Amino acid sequence: MTPVVTVVDLHTDIALSKGTVRPVSGVSFTVNKGESLGIVGESGCGKTMTALSIMRLLPPGGRIVGGSIALADVDLVAMDEAGMRRIRGDRVGMIFQDPMTSLNPCMTIGDQVSETVLLHREVTREHARERAAEVLDLVGLPHAKERMNSYPHLLSGGMRQRVVIAMALACDPELLIADEPTTALDATIQKQILELIDDLRTRLDMAVILVTHDLGVIAGHTDRVAVMYAGKIMETSPTPELFANPRHPYTEALFRARPENAGSDRKLYAIPGLPPDLSDPPRGCRFAARCAYATEECRAQEPELTGDNHAFACFHPLGINQQAAPNPPTPLATAQAAAPLLEVRNLVREFPVTSNGVLQRKIGAISAVADVSFTVGAEETFGLVGESGCGKSTISRLLVAADTPTSGSITFDGIEITGKSNRELRKYRGDFQLMFQDPYASLDPRMRVGSILREPLVIQHRGSAVDQENAVVRLLDEVGLPRTALRQYPHEFSGGQRQRIGLARALALRPKLIVADEPVSALDVSVQAQILNLMRDLQREHRLTYVFISHDLSVVRYVATTIGVMYLGKLVEIGPAEQVYTAPVHPYTRGLIDTIPLADPQRERRKSKAGVRGELPSAMNPPSGCRFRTRCPRASDKCAVEEPLMLPFSVQGHRAACHHPLRSPIPLSTSAHTAPPRP
Amino acid sequence: MTAIPAGDATLQHSPKTHGFTRTMSAVLTNKLAVVGLGIIVAFILFCYAGPLIYHTDQIHIELSRAALPPSAAHPLGTNEVGYDQLGRLMVGGQTSLEVGIAAALLATVFGTVWGAIAGYTGSFIDSAMMRVVDALLAVPALFLLLFLASIARPTAWLLILVIALVSWLGPARLVRGAALSLRTRDFVTSARLMGGGPWRAVFRHIAPNAIGIVVVNATFQVADAILVLAALSFLGLGIPPPAANWGDMLSSGISYTYAGYWWLIYPPGLAIVCVVIAFNFLGDALRDSFDVRLQKR
Repeated sequence: MTPVVTVVDLHTDIALSKGTVRPVSGVSFTVNKGESLGIVGESGCGKTMTALSIMRLLPPGGRIVGGSIALADVDLVAMDEAGMRRIRGDRVGMIFQDPMTSLNPCMTIGDQVSETVLLHREVTREHARERAAEVLDLVGLPHAKERMNSYPHLLSGGMRQRVVIAMALACDPELLIADEPTTALDATIQKQILELIDDLRTRLDMAVILVTHDLGVIAGHTDRVAVMYAGKIMETSPTPELFANPRHPYTEALFRARPENAGSDRKLYAIPGLPPDLSDPPRGCRFAARCAYATEECRAQEPELTGDNHAFACFHPLGINQQAAPNPPTPLATAQAAAPLLEVRNLVREFPVTSNGVLQRKIGAISAVADVSFTVGAEETFGLVGESGCGKSTISRLLVAADTPTSGSITFDGIEITGKSNRELRKYRGDFQLMFQDPYASLDPRMRVGSILREPLVIQHRGSAVDQENAVVRLLDEVGLPRTALRQYPHEFSGGQRQRIGLARALALRPKLIVADEPVSALDVSVQAQILNLMRDLQREHRLTYVFISHDLSVVRYVATTIGVMYLGKLVEIGPAEQVYTAPVHPYTRGLIDTIPLADPQRERRKSKAGVRGELPSAMNPPSGCRFRTRCPRASDKCAVEEPLMLPFSVQGHRAACHHPLRSPIPLSTSAHTAPPRP
Repeated sequence: MTAIPAGDATLQHSPKTHGFTRTMSAVLTNKLAVVGLGIIVAFILFCYAGPLIYHTDQIHIELSRAALPPSAAHPLGTNEVGYDQLGRLMVGGQTSLEVGIAAALLATVFGTVWGAIAGYTGSFIDSAMMRVVDALLAVPALFLLLFLASIARPTAWLLILVIALVSWLGPARLVRGAALSLRTRDFVTSARLMGGGPWRAVFRHIAPNAIGIVVVNATFQVADAILVLAALSFLGLGIPPPAANWGDMLSSGISYTYAGYWWLIYPPGLAIVCVVIAFNFLGDALRDSFDVRLQKR
């Protein structure tokens, strides 16, 4: 085992105008040749700064103040800038999070990949381009040679990330650092990219550092794990051991916060509070303030990272077989079978595509939502899942009448809301509200929280000024924010707190329905758990109905009573949550389930070959017949010709549209196929 | 329900939550802004409090005292018709500042409302409104000013209107640009989903969020307006005597360049330069302080 990179007691500071932040304080690890180390933790824990320290690409004010980083034989801390430039891109390659911004839009991908080669190797332009074609082929870019002259905007997100990986690999680096390489990608693409990195590691015998917030990503794709919290490594061990037997309470908390591990009738374990402010870290164990097991000792003294193979920094480690108390129960919402609140019939939304000329001729249409029908019962949670671009966000906008459908109808509480003017809709708007995905963009940065929460009440003329103020205070209590928040601005809050404010605003008018469009996908797993718990509590309290939209099937499975799976504008499968999740019928649903990264190394490795392959086709020219057929392992000629109908698969309303389902449908006579389909 | 525990760092450090206080404290940490603000305050004191202490006659011509060099009796000398130059600088500054600030305010408010409405509504209303702006931009400002100033006898109010008429186009385009991106933001959508109408979106969400660029632009507008007034006066189309402004003073001083009457040229010239630069400093600092995200670091 030859160590490729050895980091010893690394300390990194970032000087800001208001003091110094210490995002990395005493991190040590070694990565051997051909080995993969996963660094995991919440955001703001110093993971990325550790990676950037190795590259010596710290943000302005950032500086390594102590420790050493040895790349094979050279010390990177002492290296001058010119020397570092020779190392970056040559001996150490890096993959950044967002493939949309890490490629230069003005350069062809061939030029971008060969640029790295030209910088580090004494070769001609032709040789560099040959090498570029070779690595682009290596990372699985289809028709790499022909694509050399394409510009990045012509490629999909997953393809761009492959190009970014090719750039990192162009000079055969000894070490590859991947900083959240798949966070901006869909689960189906994430799986393909992670497998690619794995495969390249074994083939090229590289060392890999995989930085991620997702324990599931770590499980299947790393040999060792380091759990970071507040700038320190809390626990580190070989991957299977950490997952089988986490010793540090923080690691355990991260596990318990994952919705895939919780029964849908149990609360998620939410780590209370937030990571500490790293400009003034607490004395003692840094996790003590949020730890369920902390004692006086933890607050007074800092535990050392001890142990050989499986090291952890804790005075009160969890025992080998010590089972934590199960999460408290939370009753699952159940549909009031008698009363459908929302009925969607044959919904179609097409966006015209116009030519660039002055006349803007219509040259086609993007079929974002194509003939979707479903019913949502009062007080249930309807979960809608699918890859990005499948039309789920378009549906959310249609449901709250932010957009008008091309055809079809939406009936809310017995009232047809399509085709009504804005003026007519105004009086119904209080009954259905939208909760946004991005907690940063959905709150007006110039308004205090008090005014933000009061705005809906003012618009709808609910009560007097005093009533409104009381209502706002009550809302803050309900979502668990202190009353001091009233006078603060949104930017003073963390992402999770902002999402609480967003939820409070959606609740202000006491709606019957809340459409939540990816409400937790911008949040850390621990904060995600807080918000999901809160949403379920509020649902019970206020008899709410949710339409919960997410790309993450494990989150939807946890919150939803009914799941609808969308693919390229079509609803392909719908049914009771447990049935869809445990016994899917449509090959696409099966594939989606297989792409969820599980926090269990054995299961994760076992399903390595399953999952949806390829990428979502263009919605402008959707495939004929079944739209999934281009990626479907079971597709036949029939699928290209005939569009499959929704067929029943259980009497509880489990239905799917597939010519070759994973099990046969129940006979039509026993189901009420002609009756309105009830989930 | 999970209450936010006590160890919540982000909720505690917020003594500076008032918008104005926060802006001011951010401005005051910027040294250039303090300098700019200091110069502006000094000039305001000079122009308005100065005449209360330093009494001069700025009405009656006294040719026997014409063009005296600086002396104890007249610290900055006298001009070609015998007015005390220091006293005239104070009185002239009043007009320059008043016209400058008033014209900038008028232009900014009108331009902001115009731009916000155009940007929010989009479609053909936007096109129509912005073509009006383009058409006015196509007319040379100086030509327009000369034309208007020549058909009517200039007064301070007329000048304010005329200067505002040519300078609201800049803020209108800026705000329209900002509104185009702001109207697609989630918080504007959310106001609409609560049932809020277009006026609320424009005045409660879009205009306040464009306020950063608006205020910054306004300070530059003040500087510009003072310069335009100076230019107009320089061309002899300013407010007629005995009223005075810095541009007027500079223009009449220039004719005596070869006579060596430097005290007629440098003081008003420097005053214009200082005030314009001071407003620009302030504008830069305000731009930084209005960007909430820049403050976090």
